[in-house]
Amino acid sequence: MSDLDVTEQVSPSTAPGEDLVLEIRGDGDFETAEMSLSIGPAHPATHGVLRIVLDMDGERIRDAHPVIGYMHRGFEKLAEHRDYRQIMALTNRHDWLSGFNNELGVALAVERMLEMEVPDRAQWIRMLLAEWGRILNHLMFVGSYAIELGAITPMFYAFREREDIQYLLESATGGRLHFTYNQAGGIKNDLPKGFLQQSAALVPKVRARLQDYVDLILGNEIFQGRTKGVGPLPPEVALAYGVTGPTLHATGVPEDSRVTEPYLKYGDIDVHVPVGDNGDSFDRFAVLLGRIEASLDMIDQIHDHVPAGPVNQKLPKILKAPEGFTYVRTENPLGQLGYFLQSDGSKNPWRMKMRTASFSNVQVLPYLLRGALMPDAISILGSVFFVVGDVDR
Amino acid sequence: MLTALASLPTTIGQSASILTLDNFWVSVVLKILVTIALAFTLPLVGGYLEHKAMGRLQDRRGPVAAGPFGSLQLVADGIKFVQKEEVVPRAADRWAFAIAPGVALVPAILVFFVLPLGPGVWVEDLELGLFYALAISSVSVIGILMAGWGSANKFSLFGGIRAAAQLIAYELPLILAAAAVALQAGSLSLVSIVEAQAGFMIPGTDINLWYVVPQLLGFGIFFVAALAELSRPPFDMPIADSELVFGYMTEYTGIKFAMFLLTEYAGMISMSALMVVLYLGGWQILPGVPLPGCEGAGGLFDCGFWGGLLGVGVTVGKIMALVFVIVWLRVAYPRLREDQLQRMSWLIFIPLSLVNIAVVAIGKVA
Repeated sequence: MSDLDVTEQVSPSTAPGEDLVLEIRGDGDFETAEMSLSIGPAHPATHGVLRIVLDMDGERIRDAHPVIGYMHRGFEKLAEHRDYRQIMALTNRHDWLSGFNNELGVALAVERMLEMEVPDRAQWIRMLLAEWGRILNHLMFVGSYAIELGAITPMFYAFREREDIQYLLESATGGRLHFTYNQAGGIKNDLPKGFLQQSAALVPKVRARLQDYVDLILGNEIFQGRTKGVGPLPPEVALAYGVTGPTLHATGVPEDSRVTEPYLKYGDIDVHVPVGDNGDSFDRFAVLLGRIEASLDMIDQIHDHVPAGPVNQKLPKILKAPEGFTYVRTENPLGQLGYFLQSDGSKNPWRMKMRTASFSNVQVLPYLLRGALMPDAISILGSVFFVVGDVDR
Repeated sequence: MLTALASLPTTIGQSASILTLDNFWVSVVLKILVTIALAFTLPLVGGYLEHKAMGRLQDRRGPVAAGPFGSLQLVADGIKFVQKEEVVPRAADRWAFAIAPGVALVPAILVFFVLPLGPGVWVEDLELGLFYALAISSVSVIGILMAGWGSANKFSLFGGIRAAAQLIAYELPLILAAAAVALQAGSLSLVSIVEAQAGFMIPGTDINLWYVVPQLLGFGIFFVAALAELSRPPFDMPIADSELVFGYMTEYTGIKFAMFLLTEYAGMISMSALMVVLYLGGWQILPGVPLPGCEGAGGLFDCGFWGGLLGVGVTVGKIMALVFVIVWLRVAYPRLREDQLQRMSWLIFIPLSLVNIAVVAIGKVA
């Protein structure tokens, strides 16, 4: 390995241990051999079947190559043979942690093609559930990120809250993961009696428990030592790779389609987008926690707005979109989700293209992993939030 | 100088164990059996405590189904492990792979040979007991390295190397901290160290002090270094299930895997027991409180049956309290990074333990 200059490979931002490692290896005589290490497709840190091939020199990563496609389920093609109602049930499965937010995107796209008016009540209810769905998703990542860094307890705490929220959503939709509650022109049926009161009661409960995560994880010295300055992402690189969502916000860019291009009634409420400073793993996690807090605030505001009235409209037996195309982007828990729908006038879309947040976020991994240490790789992998189903579709 | 010598414990090492009988061979067999029984039962109790404590701390209940209050869960696990298929990777170094769990486990059992649990309740009181315990417990890492290398798995190799690096870094503070205790007690015999603590009086009173008071720093160093040696969280980088899958244990199945687990829990018990003996006054209930029915030094020796039993109970109670603290740390903390761990050892703990030993030495001479 004499032709490789070790000092070049080390990114200036990594960890305090740096100089120690370099002193030992920099002497020249001590030859080290590179080793190719395949993380995944079945590795606990990839939560799913993502594979990352690392070129390692000791514990130092020289290069990383994500290999995707182990979970390709052909959603885009499947959609071409489903009608618009069925597509909702399909799309809440590609990112299984944000089912409601996914189907919302399709519903909006179909409504835009049909130029359909959606009742106000349905719009507010959609927003309410979308924000709860966002919290559900983020809680999952709070727990799983902690577990990747070796802290096992936050996962159990996160599931405590998730259970309460899922119980609430189940009472309205009948589903816990795949809600299939949207339909073109509104939502399937109205909320059950007392839902809004229950929802309002749950907000302070979840908010009070957020402190547990701050105490257990964010404020922990070891956690800070493991994440601060690890995998910093400059905003221009993030934008170049198309990174969105909490990972982008952590770099200080507050781009959020709920603010920049409001859909539903997001224009009527106060949407707070928490941002970080330098986009390292710590910031990414802090932004995630901040987003839970922000969503809770939004839910509080939504409760004051939900009007009475119908929640859907009568649909024809066979729903046909007119010829043409549309693109709808929504702010999903993990970043921006876009659906491109093209119709030839029949009951099925002619083409459906997805722009999923996880797919773009994973692209930035080689940039972040180069020069990091093996344990840092885990702290980076976990904090560039992605769901493998959402990567491979 | 002469007065200092005179104040030394009268019996240095080689105190009689209750297992020492007139018939040499019966005695030997008995001692071996007791050592093995201790090494297999105490870790089970510790493991059950870990299950339950972790469960409660994490908003769940822990095992409930097997046996009363789930107490037989680990036994059930053991039975399951025995039934598992044994898988040996094709590229594995067969011999190293096969004997590695044994190489790791046997030293962990042998440590129990010298641990004193109560008045007269020890297998053998070696004159070099402390030295023996520390020396033999560090042999385990050879087994771990063999497992890491022999598995022919890159994750295992990482785990094995990390374990070795960790041991080298933390053996030194551990030994230096223990050496300070030996210095203060004037003996390497574990029984004599307990006795010396019973005789370490607050001047002008008849209340003694445990060595944790004068050597609080040493206790802290010993505790952290012991955690690192055992690769318990937050120092579990050699296992690091989310990075290295399961480190050196990745390729092991069935009974061999169970042997590694037993090694870990036995190590947890023996390190806790060492801490109890070195710093927490052994089987003394509280400083200055003699065990009922005991006549020897400080009311800790030459006890009747009930006094002896109570003494064992006190030691085991203290051990389990320390195990609980170890479990608590596992529940509360994320994992450190290997280089952070190394820095902590070489730049903080080793200098601190040298300071500790210097302070103790000055106190001893003065």
